[in-house]
Amino acid sequence: MDASSGLATHPHAEHDPHGHDAGHDHHELPFWRKYIISTDHKVIGIQYGISGLIFLFFGFSLMMLMRWQLAYPGQALPLIGNALGNLFGPGSMPDGKMTPEFYNSLGAMHGTIMIFLGIVPIAFAAFGNFVVPLQIGAPDMTFPKINMASYQAFFIGGIVMLTSFFVPGGAAKGGWTSYTPLAVIADKGPTYDPFWNGQTLWLVGFIFLITSSLLGAVNFIATIIQLRAKGMTWMRLPFFVWAQFVTAFLLLLAFPPLESAVVMQLMDRVAGTSFFMPSGLVVNGQALHISGGGSPLLWQHLFWFLGHPEVYVLILPGMGIVAEIIANNTRKPLWGYKSLVFAALVLGFLSFIVWAHHMWLTGMGSVVSAFFQTTTMIISIPSVIILSAFFISLWGGSIRFNVPMLFATAFLPMFGIGGLTGIPLAFNSADLYLHDTYYVIAHFHYIVAPGTIFAVFAGIYFWFPKATGRRMSEFWGKVHFWPSLICMNIIFLPMFLQGMLGMHRRWYDGGQGWTLAGEKVWGLSGFQWNTPISIAAWTMGLAQIPFIINFFWSIKRGQKVNDNPWEATTLEWTAPSPPPHGNFATTPNVYRGPYEYSLPGREADFTMQSEPMTESDRKAYEAAAAAGVH
Amino acid sequence: MEIPYTVTARPDTGLWNAKVGIWLFLASEVMLFGGLFSAYVFLRLDADPGAWPHGLLNVPVGTMNTAILIASSVTVVMAWASLKMRKFRAYWWYMLVTILCGVIFLAVKLVYEWPQKFDHFGAFIKKDKLEKYEKYLGNHHLAEKGLAPRTEVSGHLHNKEALHDESVKEYEIAMDPVNADPTNPAMDRPHFLYVPPTDKIATIEKEDVEYANMFLPKHSAYFASYFTITGLHGAHVLGGVIVFTYLWLPVGTKLYKRNPEHLANRVEVAGLFWHFVDLVWIFVFPLFYLL
Repeated sequence: MDASSGLATHPHAEHDPHGHDAGHDHHELPFWRKYIISTDHKVIGIQYGISGLIFLFFGFSLMMLMRWQLAYPGQALPLIGNALGNLFGPGSMPDGKMTPEFYNSLGAMHGTIMIFLGIVPIAFAAFGNFVVPLQIGAPDMTFPKINMASYQAFFIGGIVMLTSFFVPGGAAKGGWTSYTPLAVIADKGPTYDPFWNGQTLWLVGFIFLITSSLLGAVNFIATIIQLRAKGMTWMRLPFFVWAQFVTAFLLLLAFPPLESAVVMQLMDRVAGTSFFMPSGLVVNGQALHISGGGSPLLWQHLFWFLGHPEVYVLILPGMGIVAEIIANNTRKPLWGYKSLVFAALVLGFLSFIVWAHHMWLTGMGSVVSAFFQTTTMIISIPSVIILSAFFISLWGGSIRFNVPMLFATAFLPMFGIGGLTGIPLAFNSADLYLHDTYYVIAHFHYIVAPGTIFAVFAGIYFWFPKATGRRMSEFWGKVHFWPSLICMNIIFLPMFLQGMLGMHRRWYDGGQGWTLAGEKVWGLSGFQWNTPISIAAWTMGLAQIPFIINFFWSIKRGQKVNDNPWEATTLEWTAPSPPPHGNFATTPNVYRGPYEYSLPGREADFTMQSEPMTESDRKAYEAAAAAGVH
Repeated sequence: MEIPYTVTARPDTGLWNAKVGIWLFLASEVMLFGGLFSAYVFLRLDADPGAWPHGLLNVPVGTMNTAILIASSVTVVMAWASLKMRKFRAYWWYMLVTILCGVIFLAVKLVYEWPQKFDHFGAFIKKDKLEKYEKYLGNHHLAEKGLAPRTEVSGHLHNKEALHDESVKEYEIAMDPVNADPTNPAMDRPHFLYVPPTDKIATIEKEDVEYANMFLPKHSAYFASYFTITGLHGAHVLGGVIVFTYLWLPVGTKLYKRNPEHLANRVEVAGLFWHFVDLVWIFVFPLFYLL
């Protein structure tokens, strides 16, 4: 590829004659302008990252509470049980014993918080905001103020979701999917307040979160289209940027139908309409006074139209992070860059036409099922291409096992397990048995928890030096990594067994009351497996402490490093650490692809994208082209 | 460092930033209204044959509103073109007309059309009591003609207290012409022009009624989707009016003096949004008023 194929840039050409050049110096901004309502993409990225990590740990804590109830159903939670009961109000944990309603709230909010307030803000918004403009050589996002508004909408959405724990009746209880008609009639007791109740606040919170993601997605796509540096052609974009590009499209197009569904459910709850309420519904022995004529299946379609692309929103940024780290630490070009890019695009496209495989049990009919089974089978192809390319990239590399690489390598088999165990669920017939069991829980958690979350950790350790100028401790990183890896597997592997035994995912008593739960696998019954799982979950909670300490300690005290501590090739490592407002001292020029490691004829084993072509490079590229290597 | 391509186009993409942004935003809006319209299709297909209401909305008023919106889409293009030709005075007038069109549209909806519906009442008769109210429903006549049966008696509710007071046992309705004269062949099809309720009173016992309500969103799946979609569309019209007003106020004048191209770009972006809002109405009008 030729460097001259880029654009002719003259960024100051549109300077107006009467000028506001005085606005260039941003040094004397007060604290709140610089860190609270900043328009700088890096600050917004860090805001998203820290809020997201807090929500991630909060969502995980909800699950740690539920794990007590599952392992020791009906028993009072020692030490903190009473305090939590007081905090969350009378209906939550009287005498430290969890009520079924509170258990349902925890389950629904665990899912909601982990996905929409934890993973998406970190993997997409935080990393995307911080890294994408740097990697494409842009001074900022195209619309900095909209970027700020995006974070603020996210923040309000998060606050609304948290508030819902403290209204009468507690937070939403309808599962993270909020299936109707249950979700519409939830909390509608005699003391029903149309606004201050868990489910309504869940819906209101969602409107803010969807607005936030819309503003973010528009910004990301426009930035990648418009602000690539000179010479940064599409096929020279780091794979991470491609992954974020596709993710942004998924958010842009898949979220609005859910927003329409949320508006309709809000109408159902507040204005008494019947969008999702069928005729003739009887609750507690009384016919509901509603017009009826709605369709519960409509909610499921609209929800999963977002819900399935959302899965790829969760995983694609993770894949992007892992790609960067693998290329960097194997010291060789990423294998099959073009295949990766096209696989990501195909994945994004196909993710829009597989949603109904979440709905096999609704009786959609065999024709619809056949269509969605076929598309679901097809979508596994690009996923396998991406994972295979990562594995092949490892082949023959002299791998540096630093902490980011440990997490990135662990991502591969974990995501592999998650992906492969999804195949039985893709088939109508097998899913009839496995639907809504712990098997499903294990399957998607393998993708998101040791998959995406490990990729997120890898990314944090990897880009931390860029954000702070300091490196996180390798030793404490390993203390974080190994227990997390082991616990993840102790938590989720037995769930496959539980699911195949037939244990339902929403049981409040952990399956204790189910007669068939007595069947033993490896010496423990389905119910008894809950205990080791729960212990592993709490241990994993403890294993995050080294990370939290390492994170904050390293901001001030970590080992100081230069601008490119990992000897990486992409543009973000040419900027100072931390990059100033505007990122680059001079607009960078790009001369080559993103993963030019171990280029023959070069002294260093990495050649940055901004390094001009030399005669020896040209020979090396010609030799590679002659040998059929891309 | 300034962010490039805020006003001038990037050579290889041929676009300035906000234009990329607005098209992406509109793509997302298509999906938003797409979700709502598919809900409409879903609900309508699920409804009992013949139960989907027709002719409840005022077609001439809807037609007038359609014309107003289309006219405003033309004037906003004229406003943009005036800016491109650096004729600020013309821009100012065209923009004013656009804003007024938006305001009139909203006023017609909020002051006339919606309240007229809120004031209307309908009671759905239980399936096994239809015979009892045959004189209001005319189902024998409809069956002869092979048309779907009527289940609703509608009009103006005389005893409004019946809505809330449990001791009131019946609804007194000043009937719509269709119920006042159900066997008249003129009533077989919905009216094109709005016809007000008659002064013929029907008395309907509450215990014969499946479900009754004013023409609010909760009245039926039809009104639920009508109010939700037109409400969201109205919110978009309001948003457009606010943005246009901002660009028309002295803020816009100042920007014009500093960088006329920048103001033209902003009007272009807002205009694209306005065309989209117009386009949504082009779907709303036939779906709810005509079909």
